[in-house]
Amino acid sequence: MFGKLTLEAVPYHEPIVMVTLAMVALGGLALIAAITYFRKWNYLWTEWLTSVDHKRIGVMYIIVALVMLLRGFADAMMMRSQLALATNGALGYLPPDHYDQIFTAHGVIMIIFMAMPFMFGLMNIILPLQIGARDVAFPFLNSLSFWLLVAAVVLMNLSLGVGEFARTGWVAYPPLSGLEFSPGVGVDYYIWALQISGIGTTLTAVNFLVTVLKMRAPTMKLMEMPIFTWTCTWANVLVVASFPILTAALGMLTLDRYLDFHFFTSDGGGNAMMYINLFWAWGHPEVYILVLPAFGIFSEVISTFTGKRLFGYKSMIYASGVIAILGFVVWLHHFFTMGSGANVNAFFGIATMVIAIPTGVKLFNWLFTIYRGRLRFTSPVLWTLGFMVTFTIGGMTGVLMAVPGADFVLHNSLFLIAHFHNTIIGGAVFGYLAGFTFWFPKVFGFKLNEKWGKASFWFWQIGFYFAFVPLYILGFLGMTRRLNHTDNPDWTPWLYVACIGAVLILFGILCQFIQVFVSVRDRKKLVDESGDPWNAHTLEWATSSPPPFYNFATTPVVHDIDAFTDMKEKGIAYDRPARYAPIHMPRNTSAGLIIGAFATVGGFAAIWHIWWLAIVSLVGIVAAFLVRAYDNDVDYYVQPAEIERLENAHLAKLAKA
Amino acid sequence: MRTRKYPNILRWLSPALAVAALSGCSGGILDPKGQVAADEKSLIITATLLMLIVVVPVIVMTLVFAWKYRATNTEAVYEPKWSHSTKIELVVWLVPIIIVAILGVITWKSTHALDPYRPIESDKKPINVEVVSLNWKWLFIYPDLGIATVNELSFPKDVPVAFKITSDAAMNSFFIPQLGGQIYSMAGMQTKLHLIANEAGTYNGFSANYSGGGFSGMKFEAIAQPSEEAFQAWVEKVRTSGSTLDATAYDDLAKPSEKHAVTYYASVAPNLFGAIIGKYMNSHDVGTVGEILGFNTWPGAQICLAPANTEL
Repeated sequence: MFGKLTLEAVPYHEPIVMVTLAMVALGGLALIAAITYFRKWNYLWTEWLTSVDHKRIGVMYIIVALVMLLRGFADAMMMRSQLALATNGALGYLPPDHYDQIFTAHGVIMIIFMAMPFMFGLMNIILPLQIGARDVAFPFLNSLSFWLLVAAVVLMNLSLGVGEFARTGWVAYPPLSGLEFSPGVGVDYYIWALQISGIGTTLTAVNFLVTVLKMRAPTMKLMEMPIFTWTCTWANVLVVASFPILTAALGMLTLDRYLDFHFFTSDGGGNAMMYINLFWAWGHPEVYILVLPAFGIFSEVISTFTGKRLFGYKSMIYASGVIAILGFVVWLHHFFTMGSGANVNAFFGIATMVIAIPTGVKLFNWLFTIYRGRLRFTSPVLWTLGFMVTFTIGGMTGVLMAVPGADFVLHNSLFLIAHFHNTIIGGAVFGYLAGFTFWFPKVFGFKLNEKWGKASFWFWQIGFYFAFVPLYILGFLGMTRRLNHTDNPDWTPWLYVACIGAVLILFGILCQFIQVFVSVRDRKKLVDESGDPWNAHTLEWATSSPPPFYNFATTPVVHDIDAFTDMKEKGIAYDRPARYAPIHMPRNTSAGLIIGAFATVGGFAAIWHIWWLAIVSLVGIVAAFLVRAYDNDVDYYVQPAEIERLENAHLAKLAKA
Repeated sequence: MRTRKYPNILRWLSPALAVAALSGCSGGILDPKGQVAADEKSLIITATLLMLIVVVPVIVMTLVFAWKYRATNTEAVYEPKWSHSTKIELVVWLVPIIIVAILGVITWKSTHALDPYRPIESDKKPINVEVVSLNWKWLFIYPDLGIATVNELSFPKDVPVAFKITSDAAMNSFFIPQLGGQIYSMAGMQTKLHLIANEAGTYNGFSANYSGGGFSGMKFEAIAQPSEEAFQAWVEKVRTSGSTLDATAYDDLAKPSEKHAVTYYASVAPNLFGAIIGKYMNSHDVGTVGEILGFNTWPGAQICLAPANTEL
């Protein structure tokens, strides 16, 4: 009846887990009580959960990302404190069977459930606005993608309290992730969480590629699209090309584990090396998927706050394209040590360092955007400058590891850990946080508190160096990754410093949350009526903050890369059109949420081998989809009177401002 | 013995070296005790210095430009529409291209020179060691000497060591940082590695690829003996231990265990290493299914069904 699921699956004997669960349960109850007390269920359902508005979906993505940031960071703190305690032969407080789940969860959460949703959240909110669109090409699909992510997040978090998570590292290499060495449900949680969110990710990328190609303001040429839209587009090309590889690789691993296939087993003709190749054929493009949109954010931030056009717009686009394409042919550098021949290793090594060329070009172009500008040191600018310094170092250590002869001694060491945190934190995360502060007033109509934003930046930036420079050094000292305890007095002081660094980053994260809290409290003081608080260049600033649900009352006419600056210079940015035409908009739908709910239950059933429930869920998914597919009442027209009322209110505010 | 290929000029400038000085210079990859590790270290330093040619200016320019063109500095030139310069574009593309071209040549050469599969040139005959990673310990078989050890490896200094490596568990990575690079150990497959120690001493070795619960304790000592005689003495010590590593003893040893004590075997079943790889080639499942499906008649079937990849 319940497959492999028994009451023993709940880890009662793990005090850390049980306390966490109790806190989560209390927090959840408090939240439910609050929503009930303030009678917000209806509002929540109609305005948010069933919304197909790209801006609302974007906000929900970012909320998920921030929640998962807390969980992923809690894992990081546990790892750093364990390694600071378990030195000189001590065993620390986390035995391997728990610790190994933590580092696996940390990697999966930070990449799949923190960085990806953060990136997609910003893309969702901003990209349609930047190209003058009313929504994405397929609004229901967008909602579905989000709810599939939520399904995966729920599964990921269920593994904490029901069963276990994988003890394989986030790459889940077989044969370790095969049935022989991982007979429990941990790897199954990993597989189904990644599969379900992966489907959502692929659908999102398809959606946004079509949006960019078909939904742009008709006057906007491709080579006039804002740079953030361009880098997101390259990232989406990578998603469409690479995520199916992950889906296939995990599918084969699933067959190995569930139906006794031999794709990746050691015996029976299987070959684990195939998985490793496929995993990184997805995994390497994945890091560019994360970082390319961040590059776009830095470009927007720098050109806005220098009050200057972006230097080398075309170069930037081509450089991003070269990065995207080359990102696809370098995967083997993740395993030079597998014993490929010198020719193969040298080819992939050199291909990898070629990526440094377009990346270097981008850095120079940001520099020359600052050159002869008027740089305002707001917190998004601080994140950008911090990125330019930090990411350059991360790029250098990356190229160093692209040299196979150097990689042979640096591979899998803490040097590697320092390198990819250097690029992902110093590149992607700094970018998302810059974008968060930069676009916050667009979404909510008031700015974020700068004092707390800057404090957050400095804690993150200094904390980063404290946390990861010791890891570079430990790599040189020969410390390998994923150790549970150490016994080398030379390493101990550096492990202490790294732990202090993690605490500093914790303060950075706290400042971020305090910043949001303080800003919401002082929202009257921080209000922005203009819709354009930073005197920016692109179309998202041409509409009100928050934008009306239809984004633009009339489709913008674009004559320049910096379309909004062009309008402002011509004095036509805030002109009232002669008349408004009806606007075609999608209706909200609960189908995405319902499919997501069935996917959660179905994933859980597959993990625990509860086959009847898995079948019920699959039928539910198909049924919900069919109901939606045969629903003809999916859109409506906003009438000119309604548009005029909303626009007049906005223009009145503008006149006051 | 290989000659040093990479210039060590400006070594004193290297931040990497400063790091080594900071940390007491002990035990890591910046404290090499063999030619391979020494070459890999100088390769790291050369590549780092080369990249610093771009990295340092970028960092300095970031800070200088940001300060000079701050909004409050109204003295500075302000050109809001200036966004293109063919000259600058040429420079910013060419400089990284030149650096990467140089680094590419270094990479091509060094990757071949430091290929782990390439035997080390020496007038001395190499010592052959067959390495098996087990859950969670290392088995070292000396096929020419007929002995085996667990978690202790020994060889004379200045004599090349030729490793053949496999796994009878999850994937691991065989690594002695002070002697040079690592290589994966994989079940049903054989990889190779050539190392040499040029100084006597005891060096840490371990698995550099996570392989499950007992991974942290999967360590061994690599003892570079000061002379051939000292090595012979060590071999004698192993031979007097008395125990035999036959199929039964091996099956016992292969059971998961953590922080396994150093163990000596005076004799080893012949071709044990081949048998450990071979047991994964027992592909009767694939064979039967393959026959039913007519799989054998596919042009690629021989490649698929053969015990492939023993020589990666």
